[in-house]
Amino acid sequence: MKIVACIKQVPDSAAKVVVENGRVFWGDAPLVINPWDEFAVEAALQLKEKHGGTLTVISVGGENEKEAIKHALAMGADDAILIADPALSGLDTQSIAQVLASAIQKIGGVDVAFFGRQAIDSDSGLTPAQTARLLNWPALTLAAVISVEADTIKVDRAIEEGRQVVSAKMPAVVSLVKDYGEPRYPSFMGIRKAARAEVPVWSLANLGISAPTSVIAWPEITNPPSRNVVCEIITGSSPEEIAATLADKILAEKVL
Amino acid sequence: MDFSLTEEHLMTERMVQNFTQKEILPVIKEYDRKQEPIPFALQRLGELGILGICIPVRYGGQGMDFISLGLACEGLEAADTSLRVAMSVHVGLCALTLLQWGSEEQKQKYLVPLASGQKLGCGVFTEPGMGSDVASMSTSAKRDGDFYILNGEKMWISLASKADYAMVTVRTNPGAARPSNRLSTFIVDLNMPGITRGDIHGKLGVRAGSTGWINFQDARVPVENRIGEEGEGFKITMSAFDHGRYTVASGAAGIVRAALEASVRYAKERTSFGKPIAEHQLIQEKIARMSQDYEIARLLYLRAGWLKNQGVRNTLETSFAKKFATEASFRAADDAIQIHGAYGYSDEYDVERYLRNARGAIIYEGSSEIQTLIQAGYALGERQEKPLRCEMPAYDPDYWQS
Repeated sequence: MKIVACIKQVPDSAAKVVVENGRVFWGDAPLVINPWDEFAVEAALQLKEKHGGTLTVISVGGENEKEAIKHALAMGADDAILIADPALSGLDTQSIAQVLASAIQKIGGVDVAFFGRQAIDSDSGLTPAQTARLLNWPALTLAAVISVEADTIKVDRAIEEGRQVVSAKMPAVVSLVKDYGEPRYPSFMGIRKAARAEVPVWSLANLGISAPTSVIAWPEITNPPSRNVVCEIITGSSPEEIAATLADKILAEKVL
Repeated sequence: MDFSLTEEHLMTERMVQNFTQKEILPVIKEYDRKQEPIPFALQRLGELGILGICIPVRYGGQGMDFISLGLACEGLEAADTSLRVAMSVHVGLCALTLLQWGSEEQKQKYLVPLASGQKLGCGVFTEPGMGSDVASMSTSAKRDGDFYILNGEKMWISLASKADYAMVTVRTNPGAARPSNRLSTFIVDLNMPGITRGDIHGKLGVRAGSTGWINFQDARVPVENRIGEEGEGFKITMSAFDHGRYTVASGAAGIVRAALEASVRYAKERTSFGKPIAEHQLIQEKIARMSQDYEIARLLYLRAGWLKNQGVRNTLETSFAKKFATEASFRAADDAIQIHGAYGYSDEYDVERYLRNARGAIIYEGSSEIQTLIQAGYALGERQEKPLRCEMPAYDPDYWQS
């Protein structure tokens, strides 16, 4: 099988993200692989291990932004492609999907393209479906269980109401949720391989496309309003009295 | 001079950190309170290759270098000392000593399962009546044809009840003129007849670690299990300490870092006299000292690791790193408790565990007093490196990774 995993580099989830003058900053916190995309790489690796084939990782970003790619290589991906071009900054998901779809087509013969369900920085969750639409492939989203038989891929979708089993002919796009199972840590052999890997950089010219135009603008971004938290220490002569007072307050505040 | 870490080193740091954050930190308080090892911890260290991190691939290891070993130990001990202790005895005292001094047959038979994490190893040197004075040990081995008969008791042995194999030093030549020529070292299968072992409870710290005793009662160890020559046990044990102390030093740097990070976090959140305590200068003094101590501890162990990579003997440099980092870790944990105030005195926060865990390393693997004597000995010119029959080779990526 020829498998692709599309991954994004995002600020570490522990980073303190602030907005200043309409721009987002996360201090000196490292950029890491989007946590949802780790599940995509894990699913891709398990599929490869079961059915054979190769896993290529694709990411769109700056030329120096290779942390996520190196992480995926250290987990066990065979090779990687970084798509970097000055025209790619600040694009919306539809434009990113155009770039990813072009890259998948350029690789050629891809059976399945994995994505995380969303990126933790922009949280749109649109890229997998938009990429599938551009490729004219089925999109099997929110996958928790994946199986492949002949040219059919079957997915258990983890949805709020329960599980939904869907299947489609490959090639297909699949997006992953964390119910799939914990992603593996990089192995030491993988770390060595990733450290030495020369990741090819493709430009838009390499993809044979012109710069996509975003259809969604980003006129304003702000931090959430700060909350005023009032702390009240409940006192009483006995644990029972304190508990009763606490229970009354919880009910009064309609917490329960 | 290049102080930068390689991409391999940075990825190793992150891998260890991810592992401890996901699997160790959520449960460590529970097991530390129960005074029980985390049941899956050693198995996971093996599965992830950490137990064989710097052993050549040809002997079942991962082929990384000695700096990677130090970085892993720092990351593990930043989570809990029990993990680093396992590294010290399994990798430092046992596997690396076997790599340095063992025959090819011994490496194939014992090092391969150790480095691949299938078997656990430990170092068995200390006795109830002997710690720092290694040459005075009384556990004995008498030659009987193709066997040595071991008798005696060893104590304060990490992983005593868990390990499969042990690097054991005993007295074989009581009549030798020099005390240091009276000892020999063996790789011993701890499941053989004549060996009983158990755990010691009631330790101040490392309560999620396994520490115990091992008794030898006419245990018949084959001659082919002797490491090196008869009478070389003292030198082999000192080599083991060079490896073990490096892991202790790098691990202790992890406690300093953990204490610093906890203190910075708390000092920014906690307010007194109308402002975060981080803005009080006497709190800043403590944080600055921790920060400086972390830099010193890390630089010292990285230099020792660099020397190991070069194949240069590093007894003095490792001694500097071990003494400084272990003492700094206790100081940092103590300051961290002070910054946390009464909360630091309870196990609601981690810093009291750091203090309890830090204390032991000032004693074991060569107490601070022994490190002082080593350092003075070199400074006064009374102690010099003498060539060993088996030197640890320089780290050669081509050899280590093939």
